[in-house]
Amino acid sequence: MKTPKLLGIHAKPGRKLNTILVALPFILLIASYLIGSNLRLQRNEHDKVMPSLSRIWAGIERVALSEHPRTGKIMIVQDTFVSLQRMGFGLSVAAVCALIVGLNAGMFPGLRPATIPFVTFMSTISPIALLPILLVAFKGGEMAKPTFIFLGTVLVMMRDIYNTVERIPKEQITQVLTLGAGQLNIVYEVVLPQIMPRLLTNVRLALGPAWIYLIASEAMGANAGLGHQIFLQSRLFNMDVVIPYVLWITFIGFVMDTAFRKFIEWKYLWYRVR
Amino acid sequence: MSREHSTSGHEYVLELEDVRKSYGSKIVLADIDLKVRRGEFCTVVGPSGCGKSTLLRLILGQEEATYGTFKVFGAPVRFADATRGIVYQKYGLLPNLTVFQNVMLGKKFSGSMLDRWRHRKTYADEVAYYLDRVCLSPDDYNKYPEDLSGGMQQRVAVAQALIKRAPMLLMDEPFGALDPGIRESMQVFILEVWEEYDLTIFFVTHDLPEAVFLGTRILGISQYYEDGGSNPVCGARIVCDHALPRSAQSTVVKETAAFGQLVQEIRYETFTPEHRQYVTEFNLKHPDSFQTLTNEERNGRQ
Repeated sequence: MKTPKLLGIHAKPGRKLNTILVALPFILLIASYLIGSNLRLQRNEHDKVMPSLSRIWAGIERVALSEHPRTGKIMIVQDTFVSLQRMGFGLSVAAVCALIVGLNAGMFPGLRPATIPFVTFMSTISPIALLPILLVAFKGGEMAKPTFIFLGTVLVMMRDIYNTVERIPKEQITQVLTLGAGQLNIVYEVVLPQIMPRLLTNVRLALGPAWIYLIASEAMGANAGLGHQIFLQSRLFNMDVVIPYVLWITFIGFVMDTAFRKFIEWKYLWYRVR
Repeated sequence: MSREHSTSGHEYVLELEDVRKSYGSKIVLADIDLKVRRGEFCTVVGPSGCGKSTLLRLILGQEEATYGTFKVFGAPVRFADATRGIVYQKYGLLPNLTVFQNVMLGKKFSGSMLDRWRHRKTYADEVAYYLDRVCLSPDDYNKYPEDLSGGMQQRVAVAQALIKRAPMLLMDEPFGALDPGIRESMQVFILEVWEEYDLTIFFVTHDLPEAVFLGTRILGISQYYEDGGSNPVCGARIVCDHALPRSAQSTVVKETAAFGQLVQEIRYETFTPEHRQYVTEFNLKHPDSFQTLTNEERNGRQ
């Protein structure tokens, strides 16, 4: 019996082959960009759609390594700060609300009818469709963005927390009652600690949608922020700025996701991150 | 203190009359009549799905009977509280607490925070004592339930329930997942604890020899009987009720002829679908046993 290296369901790629295979799609992506960019530049050396590496580097120097001539601040830092503030505010308020409603509706059947059917119904509304309404309601003001992120993420998290609480075996609750726990002990000392990692996992999974809502709301009504900048620069065909911004957003997203995962793994040893 | 008072000085810890339990149109328990004396080690056997675990959940206050009088410690049954301990077959332990913390739970909700801090050494010793009694070594104290085998989890669950010293202990197939050696030592251990702390134990199992070995009283619950009405009947009843000799706490007794004969007898009365007794012919030998029958049932089979 010979174990194949690559093909078939019995394959066991070695460590070296594994590394190569992981790198392969990245290399393909970069290579195809470079080839495409080269072809376009040969045809028209002023093409701005797929700038060369040197042009991109110049763009990076302009937005990330030197101060803006008018504001005296580094552009990308300024935009990042504004965007993360909006996202942090919207997401954290959403997480707290999801926890409070999900936990209590899950534990107290009397609170269920007034909350869960409503939440389930509301969560079928496409948040993007609400954006124009919000922008009008807030007159394009600053609160429109975090509110939009909040509305887009809170209902899904609420439903998931509720379902997690519901899935805790009834036997476990009864068991702790027989150990002398009161009702509030059960809710806040037994159930709450068990759903905390799930809440953090929810926030981690909501990061993706939150980025979408952030960039969409900034594109449509803002005068600062990563999303605002991308759309502004793309209207000017400044792809040498847009591409570094997109890479930067991807990088922040990746770091945040990893940070959440590592934190949950470290803080909740008993909880196996899936 | 008042709770202490209500759990003592009463001859019967359980008084059930005409108790029925149904889920929607499905009747699980039909007319259960039962009195259990303080200090009894009452084992419950029956075919799977007969409702023995349902009966246990009713006693525990996890569910409510559909009909009938249901008294625990002389008062109408209440929701689950510290007067009745429980060991489930699974799900007993909190997944986010270590073995040690799980057993400590029984101490966590009593007294003030200051009290708990003052007695932390005593409490820790007590936890260690019970964990030692169920054969867990200090190496396992900081493990999470998921890292333990089913048998070890079960032993932690027993320690967790015992440390609370509730006057009544309910057990739902607690040793079902244990391997034979540990199972036997747990059986002996539970008998020791029962005597030492003067507990009343209500023990559900599908293992007949285990039930006969442990109990001072054995109840067979079964849907295999006739009541002159529909066939098959709706819901299970107590079809046999024997007093058992106080066990010598030696597992050797399991090999004796009398033991085997009793096991066979209960198996025939409870577990054999072909053997259907009429309701008035049940083998209810136990002195505390009683039956409430309707006139139609009493007037015999047609």
